Amino acid sequence: MDRNSNAYTFIFSIAMVLVVAVVLSFLATSLKPMQSKNVKQEKMQNILNTFVGDSLEVDGKKMELTRVLASEKFDEYIKNQYTLNYKGETVEGVEAFNINLATEIKKPVDEQNFPLYEAQYNGQSYFVIPLRGSGLWDAIWGYVALKQDLNTIEGVIFDHKGETAGLGAEITTDWFQERFKNEKIYDGNKIVGVEVKKGYSGGTDKSDHQVNAISGATITGDGVTNMMKERLSKYKPFFEKLKNSKLAIR
Amino acid sequence: MSDQKKEIKTKEEKKKEEMILFLSKSEEKEAFLSKANRKLLTDPLDDNNPITVQVLGICSALAITVQLKPAIVMSLAVVFVMAMGNVVVSLMRNLVPNRIRIIVQLVVVASLVIIVDQVLKAFLYDVSKQLSIFIGLIITNCIIMGRLEAFALGNGPWKSFLDGIGNAAGYGVILIIVAFFRELLGSGKLLGFEILGHKGLTMAESTGLYALGYENNGFFLLSPMALIVVGLVIWYQRSRNRKLIEEN
Repeated sequence: MDRNSNAYTFIFSIAMVLVVAVVLSFLATSLKPMQSKNVKQEKMQNILNTFVGDSLEVDGKKMELTRVLASEKFDEYIKNQYTLNYKGETVEGVEAFNINLATEIKKPVDEQNFPLYEAQYNGQSYFVIPLRGSGLWDAIWGYVALKQDLNTIEGVIFDHKGETAGLGAEITTDWFQERFKNEKIYDGNKIVGVEVKKGYSGGTDKSDHQVNAISGATITGDGVTNMMKERLSKYKPFFEKLKNSKLAIR
Repeated sequence: MSDQKKEIKTKEEKKKEEMILFLSKSEEKEAFLSKANRKLLTDPLDDNNPITVQVLGICSALAITVQLKPAIVMSLAVVFVMAMGNVVVSLMRNLVPNRIRIIVQLVVVASLVIIVDQVLKAFLYDVSKQLSIFIGLIITNCIIMGRLEAFALGNGPWKSFLDGIGNAAGYGVILIIVAFFRELLGSGKLLGFEILGHKGLTMAESTGLYALGYENNGFFLLSPMALIVVGLVIWYQRSRNRKLIEEN
């Protein structure tokens, strides 16, 4: 058959598209369970990481908090999972872990569900709040663990979809996340979160609600600032309730 | 080839046929790593480097050379996609209709990239996180399309494989050189290790060069510096390799 005829071109392209479609969809469907397992385990790892850190002691041995280990320990450390509405009331019938913040955040605020995890580790209680916002190029997200006073940050973890490597993507590094430790999210009676501040000169001051930014990553840093403020302030009604009830001192 | 068949064909097609026959014949005779084949591997590293001589693939050289590690990982991913893409296109070269060959090449490269991405996500999740958007960016790398069009469509699979490896390596070498200088001078680190000492908040808390008052050059973190470093590499390469200098 003539390689340059229209008929051949059509037959060739149809055949090619079919072959590629079959190969790729077979690959995607057969790998899907493994991929979702990885994503689920990573979520558990991130949540635990905010208050456990990179490693934990298991049977007297120091072990790295891997995805597999995190999925084993998740139910042990996470005592309660709440789904809240904007008034701070618990919502029944929606499992906090299955809430997809990416879609949730696009809804009007009175229709949103806010997931919250209550953890118990080494005799301490922590509250882990999932975050989501936008960086320079795409979504950024993370988790922040608050101590029992609902004000002091125990640890944070950030991740991103497509921030610039070496600049915005540095929000995932330990040295950046370390800066948030022990920062306070309440300024008086208001939740202000923590500001990622360019040219910060406060050293290790933990009471100014500011941390040093990353050079070359101003917009990603602002994204982190906004994300923390926006997300954390939504939990204020629930925090107030907790503080006023005896529930807080469990 | 029977004479009857040949008669039907136009002159042009005859010539093409002969070329292909000639190429495939010469391929059979040649040793696996003959001198000509070795040249396919080594030429793109220096004399015909895709970045410094052909000035292709500059955009990704800007984007991912702030640190050494992503640059290395990107280079490896490009080696894989380019070698495989070249082989696949080379195997199909006598079937592909001329008018839609670019689309076919794009489909091949895009499929390979998706395969790499999906497999990494399932089995090497951490590596896939490390690569994030770069995997997708491989599709846009003009070196790949360039080699498919210029080489794989006219050569056998083994030669195309070598050409793919060679060009991807030539691309990777420049990427790694640029990333080396940008990470070292921009953040004082290499692969994340603090090479020039630790930079504390004050000079007293710092060690190594930082204790002497050395400061990182923030300009190296910005994209323009990648172009400048590539320019310096080109300068150095041409001063060493005189035949690259254009007459005019």
